[in-house]
Amino acid sequence: MPAETALRLLPVNSSDGGEQISDLAEAARNGDRGAFDDLVAMTYRGNYTLALRLTGNEEDARDVTQEAYLRAYRSIESFRGDAHFSTWMYRITANCASTHLGRRWRHRHESLAAADEVVDLRPDSDPNACVEALELRGRVADALAGLPPKLRAVIVLRDIYELPHDAVAEELGISSSAAKVRLHRARNQLRSKLFPDLGEVESREV
Amino acid sequence: MKCDQVADHLEAVAAGEVILPLESRRHVEGCLRCQAEMIQHRRVLRTMRSFRSDLLEPADGLLPEILSTIEEAGERHAVRSLLHRHRSAYLAGLAVACAAGAAGAIILATRSRRTRSLAG
Repeated sequence: MPAETALRLLPVNSSDGGEQISDLAEAARNGDRGAFDDLVAMTYRGNYTLALRLTGNEEDARDVTQEAYLRAYRSIESFRGDAHFSTWMYRITANCASTHLGRRWRHRHESLAAADEVVDLRPDSDPNACVEALELRGRVADALAGLPPKLRAVIVLRDIYELPHDAVAEELGISSSAAKVRLHRARNQLRSKLFPDLGEVESREV
Repeated sequence: MKCDQVADHLEAVAAGEVILPLESRRHVEGCLRCQAEMIQHRRVLRTMRSFRSDLLEPADGLLPEILSTIEEAGERHAVRSLLHRHRSAYLAGLAVACAAGAAGAIILATRSRRTRSLAG
């Protein structure tokens, strides 16, 4: 990710039109192009964020986001509405990121850059808790960015976006048991990077 | 029971994905090391979940890029389906012409055979 790129966290409005998105998705499924454009405008930041977390690189994240919406446009008729549109898009984005990263790894074998530091613009009522939470968020973000891409993809999809194990496995093109093994490794690596002291305490009999 | 025997499962327990067997649970309840590890896993998980509500703002121009990609794909699709329709109409016309030609040839052949048998 280029250092000069300023990333910032946007405040999220939790009442941000879930019903409206469902209506637009329904209209788009019935062939309304304008409705699809509106859906893109309402959801692209969320999918870009996921793509950036998975790829760790802004250029790749842009490519993945574009590709994901193109795939979604081509297959909107298959969206059955039994999942949220955003969850459906997350799965497509994860799949595109997996393909994209796979292609890159085959061609270049380059390691992915760490994510830029992000600034939380949201105020918090308790300054101490805010500072502590911010500090931990920064450390977790750094540790996450430092994980190998294959481990990072699994933990991002499972622990941030809360996709079921099977969905994670399906979108990354691996077996469910492989996904669980990677998740286990990723969580343990993350924890021991963030809290290395505990590793020095010996296992004890209780 | 030792911490090593439980440690592998603590991340899944912290995430609520696994329930430990009774013996392991008793170990964790009496072991400060395992409890600390569990708390660390929970803190990491809570922080990870909080990332879900973050939206990172892309550099300018991503939305227009996505919309124009979709626009192009839509146009290409429209042109392709138009060509497909034209091709189908052309093939259907060709098939009808061939069928008509074949029918005409059969009729002519039948008539000439009849004429020849009447003359004979």
